[in-house]
Amino acid sequence: MNSSSSIFGKFAEDLVNFLFEHFRGGFDAFSSVLGAFVKLFEDGLAAVPFIAMLVILMTLALWRRGVAFAAFVGVALYVINYMGLWAQTVSTLALVIAATFFSLVIGVPMGIWGARNRRVEVVLRSLLDFMQTMPAFVYLIPAVILFGLGRVPAVIATIVFAMPPVVRLTTLGIKQVREELLEAGRAFGSTDAQLLWKIQLPNALPSIMAGVNQTIMMALSMVVVASMIGAGGLGEYVLSGIQRLDIGIGFEGGLGVVLLAIVLDRLTESFGVKSKKKPRKSAKSLKQGASRAAQT
Amino acid sequence: MTPNLTLAPENLAHVSVPEGTAAVSSREAGIAAGADILQVRNLSKIFGQKPERALDMMRQGRGRNEIFELTGNMVAVDDVSLSVRAGEIFVIMGLSGSGKSTLVRLLNRLIEPTSGSVILEGRDIAPMSTIELREVRRQKMSMVFQSFALLPNRSVLDNIAYGLEVSGQKKAERYETARAALQRVGLGSYEKLLPSELSGGMQQRVGLARALAVNPSVLLMDEAFSALDPLIRFEMQNELLRLQKEEQRTIVFISHDIEEAIKIGGRIGIMKDGRLIQVGTPAELIQTPADDYVRDFFRNVDVSRFLTASSLMEKPQKGVFACDVGASAERYLTDMIDSNVDCGYVCDEAGRFVGCVTLDRLHKAGNRTVRDALHPELHAVQAEADLHELASVALSREYDVPVVDGDGKLAGVVSCRTILRQVLERRAA
Repeated sequence: MNSSSSIFGKFAEDLVNFLFEHFRGGFDAFSSVLGAFVKLFEDGLAAVPFIAMLVILMTLALWRRGVAFAAFVGVALYVINYMGLWAQTVSTLALVIAATFFSLVIGVPMGIWGARNRRVEVVLRSLLDFMQTMPAFVYLIPAVILFGLGRVPAVIATIVFAMPPVVRLTTLGIKQVREELLEAGRAFGSTDAQLLWKIQLPNALPSIMAGVNQTIMMALSMVVVASMIGAGGLGEYVLSGIQRLDIGIGFEGGLGVVLLAIVLDRLTESFGVKSKKKPRKSAKSLKQGASRAAQT
Repeated sequence: MTPNLTLAPENLAHVSVPEGTAAVSSREAGIAAGADILQVRNLSKIFGQKPERALDMMRQGRGRNEIFELTGNMVAVDDVSLSVRAGEIFVIMGLSGSGKSTLVRLLNRLIEPTSGSVILEGRDIAPMSTIELREVRRQKMSMVFQSFALLPNRSVLDNIAYGLEVSGQKKAERYETARAALQRVGLGSYEKLLPSELSGGMQQRVGLARALAVNPSVLLMDEAFSALDPLIRFEMQNELLRLQKEEQRTIVFISHDIEEAIKIGGRIGIMKDGRLIQVGTPAELIQTPADDYVRDFFRNVDVSRFLTASSLMEKPQKGVFACDVGASAERYLTDMIDSNVDCGYVCDEAGRFVGCVTLDRLHKAGNRTVRDALHPELHAVQAEADLHELASVALSREYDVPVVDGDGKLAGVVSCRTILRQVLERRAA
């Protein structure tokens, strides 16, 4: 089974094999828990009729960004439904939400830890660099070996790929909180926890929300790739287009991904700023800062 | 010679001299009732790794530059000792880099002292545990910052309530206190706004209200008004003095602006290169500066209002009459001639200054009473009267100006010659 010649490849192989042989039970258990979670999201979303989802998303769009965006959301969802891709879209959306949820649950605390501890930050930074630059497909291999085919390995590979921005931007956001605010907090007798909850996190929120936005976008792109190991959804549709060299199918699937991406991006971006009245500029500049930070 | 008349340098002694000297610090006399609330003893701060060696060198009296070159450690605060009295505004003055902002942060341990103690109401803060220190910060000491340091995501009211919030006070209760504090700084109707919606002056009022809301024993103000426009700064200084009149609070105020310091400070401590060079009332610093550094601070400042009658007056050598003003004027005529003065100062039996008499008026009064002989225009000035007032009084008369203390007793006289000389000296400076 050993086919790689260098020690690096061997090491990775041995590690995965070791994990597989000795912790198989653990992985199976984890897999079923995660699988149940994903199924919950998917069933939940699938239970909502198209019309209800349309109304919900348009209302949300109207509240956060205004009439024009609400209209765009309406058209986008209609087009997706017209192409007959609604079920696939819901499935993809469920995977994205599940992966994002876990990315945040793990990533935000890691980011906070990194902001508070210099050494942790150094370790985290190299780890995140590794996670982000490794080609996304590579994660699919160990994911399949450890968790089999299907939704669960897809979500896990997606989490690994999509988590770095939110970790980085949480750290960045907390470190950017002005020193004088912390000084004021301390001068009035705040505990460390109070400093974190009452001063650092609220003031880092725009940055953290930019990280959430980036994480969602990366999760979406990864979910398409993960269709190769059975993630289903829009990605699968695109994949079948590739396999059959069918331009029409490929384009339809791709268009679905693009429309979903725009809706998700604009909606989550709007939560990074306080109200819809004076948002765009700061949200945009933050996003630029975010992508720059994510690249470093 | 009548028994109830004395020509009285010796009699004057018990009347005026003790009060006369005390009156130098008349400004703080009202507050000085308070004992020392905050004592700083041999407080030092050395920045950098392993400050022990630098601390030893500092104690040997080596300069901060030398220490920095040899050890790489920066002496920010060098063996400062001072006491702050309850209810006074103690201003710490110095140029930037003199260590004043570090010093104020040592007081509430935003910066950890390298050595020394900070004793607040009898308890040393320096060795306290984190938990004790937190309680001190919540209840005893609050702070106003140069950059305001308001939390941008919180409303004005929530900013003010912050100190109470972290110490676990219930919402209704802390909002009530915060609203009262907001009223006191004159921003009652702004409670729902965000700090960014306020002007700089208003933001600092919120900062002040936030610090007042916790009702601290000592209020630390770090260059609190330095970031404001001159007009707003002026307004805030008046605001602080107004608040201080309503409720006397102990304030340690950091400033690099001497005019601000003498305006609001009961006492001023002057810092240079981390050392506290001199502490005193503005008048003391102006009249007896410890060195040129201190003197230079006052160079471009109009200090005439700190040259008070009490600081310029002398004991009258002769011509003081303690008598019964109902007695006949004629009886004093010869005494007046004997003492060879143009103008006599009449005090009643309790030593209170009654008025001035001249030879001419005594003579004219004849056998009427001394009261009738009193000169109608020669009034005394109060001990606090400043140089401007003295000069304008001296302008309208040909005699020396009598000075009375708070009890109405004759404290001394200021000669026109002294007044002229002071006016000329100030002009020269």
